Amino acid sequence: MPLQSLDILRRSATTTPSTQARKPIEVAKLIDVTTCIGCKACQVACSEWNDLREDVGSCIGVYDNPIDLSAQAWTVMRFTETEENGKLEWLIRKDGCMHCADPGCLKSCPSPGAIIQYKNGIVDFNEENCIGCGYCVTGCPFNVPRISKEDSKAYKCSLCSDRVAVGQEPACVKTCPTGAIQFGSKEDMKEVAATRIADLKKRGYDNAGLYDPEGVGGTHVMYVLHHADKPQLYHNLPKNPTISPLVSLWKGATKPLATLALAGIALGSLFHYVAKGPNEVSKEIEDEIEKEDAQ
Amino acid sequence: MNKKAIPSAGDVRVSRRQFFKISAAGLGTTSLAVMGIAPTEARAEVRQYKLERAKEIRNTCTYCSVGCGLLMYSLGDGAKNAKAEIIHIEGDPDHPVSRGALCPKGAGLLDFIHSPGRLKYPEVREPGSSEWKRISWHEAVERIARHMKADRDANVVEKNADGVPVNRWLSTAMLTASASSNETGILTQKFIRSLGIVATDAQARVCHGPTVSALASTFGRGAMTNSWVDIKNADFILVMGGNAAEAHPVGFRWAIEAKKQRGAKLVVVDPRFNRTAAVADHYVPIRAGSDIVFLGGIINWLIANDKIQWDYVKAFTNASAIIKEGYSFNEGLFSGYDEKAGKYDRSSWNYELDDKGIIKTDPTLAHPRCVWNLLKAHYARYTPEVVSDLTGSPQDGFLLVCKLLGETATPEKVGTILYALGWTQHTVGTQNIRTMAMIQLLLGNIGMPGGGVNALRGHSNIQGLSDLGLLSTSLPGYLVLPNEKQHAKLADYLTSNTPKALRDGQMNYWANTPKFFVSLMKWFWGDKATKDNDWGYDWLPKWDKMYDVIQIIELMYQGKMNGFIVQGFNPLASFPDANKVAEAFAKLKYMVIIDPIATETSTFWKNQGESNDVDTAKIQTEVFRLPSTCFAEEDGSIVNSARWLQWHFKGAEPPGEAKSDQEIIGELFVALRDLYRKDGGKVADPILNLSWAYRDPKAPTPEELARESNGRALADIPDPADKTKTLVKKGEQLPGFATLQDDGTTACACWIFSGSWTQAGNQMSRRDNTDVGLGNTPGWAWAWPANRRILYNRASCDANGKPWDASRRLIAWNGERWAGIDVPDFKVDAAPETGMNPFIMNPEGYGRLFSVDKLVDGPFPEHYEPMESPLGTNPLHPKVVSSPAVRLFKSDKDRLGTHTEYPYVGTTYRLTEHFQFWTKSVRLNAIAQPEQFVEIGEVLAQEKGIRQGDWVKVSSKRGFVKARAVVTKRVKALTVNKKTLHQIGIPLHWGWEGVAKKGYLTNRLSPSVGDCNTQTPEYKAFLVNIEKIAGV
Repeated sequence: MPLQSLDILRRSATTTPSTQARKPIEVAKLIDVTTCIGCKACQVACSEWNDLREDVGSCIGVYDNPIDLSAQAWTVMRFTETEENGKLEWLIRKDGCMHCADPGCLKSCPSPGAIIQYKNGIVDFNEENCIGCGYCVTGCPFNVPRISKEDSKAYKCSLCSDRVAVGQEPACVKTCPTGAIQFGSKEDMKEVAATRIADLKKRGYDNAGLYDPEGVGGTHVMYVLHHADKPQLYHNLPKNPTISPLVSLWKGATKPLATLALAGIALGSLFHYVAKGPNEVSKEIEDEIEKEDAQ
Repeated sequence: MNKKAIPSAGDVRVSRRQFFKISAAGLGTTSLAVMGIAPTEARAEVRQYKLERAKEIRNTCTYCSVGCGLLMYSLGDGAKNAKAEIIHIEGDPDHPVSRGALCPKGAGLLDFIHSPGRLKYPEVREPGSSEWKRISWHEAVERIARHMKADRDANVVEKNADGVPVNRWLSTAMLTASASSNETGILTQKFIRSLGIVATDAQARVCHGPTVSALASTFGRGAMTNSWVDIKNADFILVMGGNAAEAHPVGFRWAIEAKKQRGAKLVVVDPRFNRTAAVADHYVPIRAGSDIVFLGGIINWLIANDKIQWDYVKAFTNASAIIKEGYSFNEGLFSGYDEKAGKYDRSSWNYELDDKGIIKTDPTLAHPRCVWNLLKAHYARYTPEVVSDLTGSPQDGFLLVCKLLGETATPEKVGTILYALGWTQHTVGTQNIRTMAMIQLLLGNIGMPGGGVNALRGHSNIQGLSDLGLLSTSLPGYLVLPNEKQHAKLADYLTSNTPKALRDGQMNYWANTPKFFVSLMKWFWGDKATKDNDWGYDWLPKWDKMYDVIQIIELMYQGKMNGFIVQGFNPLASFPDANKVAEAFAKLKYMVIIDPIATETSTFWKNQGESNDVDTAKIQTEVFRLPSTCFAEEDGSIVNSARWLQWHFKGAEPPGEAKSDQEIIGELFVALRDLYRKDGGKVADPILNLSWAYRDPKAPTPEELARESNGRALADIPDPADKTKTLVKKGEQLPGFATLQDDGTTACACWIFSGSWTQAGNQMSRRDNTDVGLGNTPGWAWAWPANRRILYNRASCDANGKPWDASRRLIAWNGERWAGIDVPDFKVDAAPETGMNPFIMNPEGYGRLFSVDKLVDGPFPEHYEPMESPLGTNPLHPKVVSSPAVRLFKSDKDRLGTHTEYPYVGTTYRLTEHFQFWTKSVRLNAIAQPEQFVEIGEVLAQEKGIRQGDWVKVSSKRGFVKARAVVTKRVKALTVNKKTLHQIGIPLHWGWEGVAKKGYLTNRLSPSVGDCNTQTPEYKAFLVNIEKIAGV
């Protein structure tokens, strides 16, 4: 559908170039961790809008629930208790897709059109085209996509592309009680962030800053952090995220070789694929790898 | 933190094996795609927008009192042939407070409407039975009406021993619902009082009762002084006795706004480092139950450091008033204590009056008995050392709060306080709030934009239910229900409730009591209320003592109650000492539940193993369960915390055979009245004469009821300025309470709501969100009283009528009248020179540092230990440990523990993901917070060998709960009275009904004892023990 309201920048595993004439504005979601109260309204609004319901889980001794992202939970709050400069801090980070400018998921995706990057910056999964291979999981430097147990397809935050396409803000943004999540042009969001950072510095957070990592070309979900020098504090937000070298390996120069080398195995496991679905590793490969690892 | 269980981005170290495991299969499929087996068409499209033509309906969130605006979307475009069903709810961007936002409860409302716990059909649980049986509405109403009539006929008290007609029916109690609309509330008020029910309460009793008591006795009205948006005008925000970010997330956005836009400082004082603390500038820990020490210490510090806004204090407070000679405070007791009765004679706690009945003052503040000097002496004991020793708060943290608050003593700086149940739910609840109210008077922060004492109410319409008088001894508009001794006759009632001005030229608004009361009686009994029969005064029930929820349960426990009607309330979960409550319920003959969802109360007779170990077969209570509508299925108004009456609209039909509360009450009343008409019965007049002129008597409409609350003229009302003119024509809606009459020519159900539905129509549904300045939106909805948005706003100007701070100009005297961006809370043409004071509901017009005789436990707040004290003593006065004015029943006294058996302080609270006991029936919220837990500090955890996520058993003298352990740095051990003290945080949301993991009712732990003034239970500080257990 090339003539829809969101223009396509690129599609996974597709060599046909997308149209380039239209230049829509780049959008971004800014998550100001310093004003986030961890209420999980964004989680709930996300699930409500996207018709998702995770299973009712358990308390494992922390506030995190659901305890991880899943096909039914596209964003979760990550709670970290830490003592910085002798002061107790409860850092709460909304985790989910970062909508990278250079998306590792899209790059590693072998299925044509399963992952689309729109010109406004949104990276969206089209599950109809997903073959459930899980490359996107490997390719993501933020460990975001999840494969559904139900249909073996990959799911993640769409930045509410359906809402953005009709001029609305994402559901999580709209619902955020304290305004810790904001949405607008990437340029505006950087300005909002700058104001926040100036306020934080006045309040003694000398290392306050914006998280918009270059290693993935910048992101369309950005964080304002009190301790931008230590993103790892925020439940291990990677300091310098880059696309896994393995993705480059598979998708780069060695791809044809690798494809050939493993095509045989793939063919061998064809019946297995038909019988058990695409998300299963064939027993033979597993055994082989285990043997190798044991050596 | 349990890192093992929560994978995170940084943990992405995909091992070689994992990588191959993921990608090998993928590669296989890639290759298969190459071979043409997998899909080939590479389309790219966003999900279609699902609301394109769905019908949009405006509503108000049903949970807390922020009153966020909702947009509900229903299936179909409104065509008659499409059955409306709500498919999505999101925030209303036009709403001035919420601006499109919703908290996790609001965002999950869809799953409340469609909860599997929704009740669909009337049911009965026959005596001894272990199951529900579906019955027809007809059968349900008939059976309930017969039960009620039989019980009333047998037990209603027609006259007391003195021959006073009291129409008092004590053997059936009724609880009313703080999430129901005003229209349901006012109809219920009419229904219960005609029957003579005085054993009645709404959730306000277990919630913000002390707020009304404390604020009314200080400022004149018992409500949040400012508004949600106004919080953005504060320079300093203290959150203490509450957890605004978690309990009122969307209202709290305005605190964040103050931080962002004004650079305001935010400080949290709380036993736990909570989610408000997560975004605060500073956090100060405190021992639960020691707030008055902390706040009293602030008063002492402000006085010692001269951080007082003197012009304000001298002009607008009773600092200069001289108190009677007999007043004293010694060794923990105020003057007038009667040890045997456990009560105070309060006559000495009052102003010294001159011959004309005017209060004596000393403007120089030199008189030893003037309030200022008494105040100074009283709090001199609360030194920073004492504060730190008794509260466990580090001294530097305490002093920081003093300093930041002290900075607002200048006219250009304003501070505010956001509090909730962390202050109310104590035996000294009222006095906790009083102390803060006094601080705000000393700092000149009352009446100011960005100031005030902001009580963040709980339920969406708990303010409304309080306004409508749905409490044991109340009537609508904060009128009191007559007492059999003090108010045997109408004349007694009017005399004692119509105060005389205590200073010349004061407005003394309660001088109008007769107009409010007579208009109310005309609403109750219409044409049957005449001057000759004292407007039907004899039909109104007269109380002998307060039948609050603790008293009701005690009577039930003693087997003195037969019936219990529970409308939208879950008392088994929300009343103290749940084990006692369950035993009490089992002694009832009949119970009627009216609710949209299944509650633990409705299934109290079901055995749930350890968490409700009852013998079902032995419980002979007949339980009826009637399904009612929820907010989305009705029209009506609810009052938010800032006193805004907001109208909401129906979006869909209720499930199954559920009916609106108005219809249920209507059907019950008509059935009862028919029985009295047909068979006669005791004290039938109040029922037979009740005005019930609704188009369909079995289903009064919200519109009819809302119009009654506003009031109308029963005859032409002449203009007092020019008698030849008519102010309001007969039959017209009244323009406001100023037109109410005391001669029976006006009828009005709730005088403070007068102005809400005028001849111009429904003012509550107004939607003009224009900000006229300082975030004030007077065209949005309608606020009582008279659409005033900031109470006591006269005090935002100095004695000469000039705003204290030009940048916070709300109103000002323009030479002829008071005018500005808010409706003046004052007589508009009273010039500053008249000396009329800003607190118009108080007969002297002052804000009260000394509360005179209004409160039962003292005119100044004093620190008393919780009933279960972790210290076992009160170092301030060891002979008087806990409050001497506490009411404690013998059966409850026996169930109190000591610090030797139960060494830790337990405190209960809400989590932001849940609302009370409802949202465990809401899937989206159950997902966000699925299972019961308690929070303990790392030191205690180590001592007890408890690790993250372990099962623990928390016990009190009364019962136990089993839950998961959250071991956290956020709950620290404190040093109190030279000893280490541990506190245990106990979130309250679990039970056995719902879709969340089953759990224990938290109130199995809490003691059945309440605030001295209001009997709001002491949920925030009691004693417990904890142990690690194997899984459950």
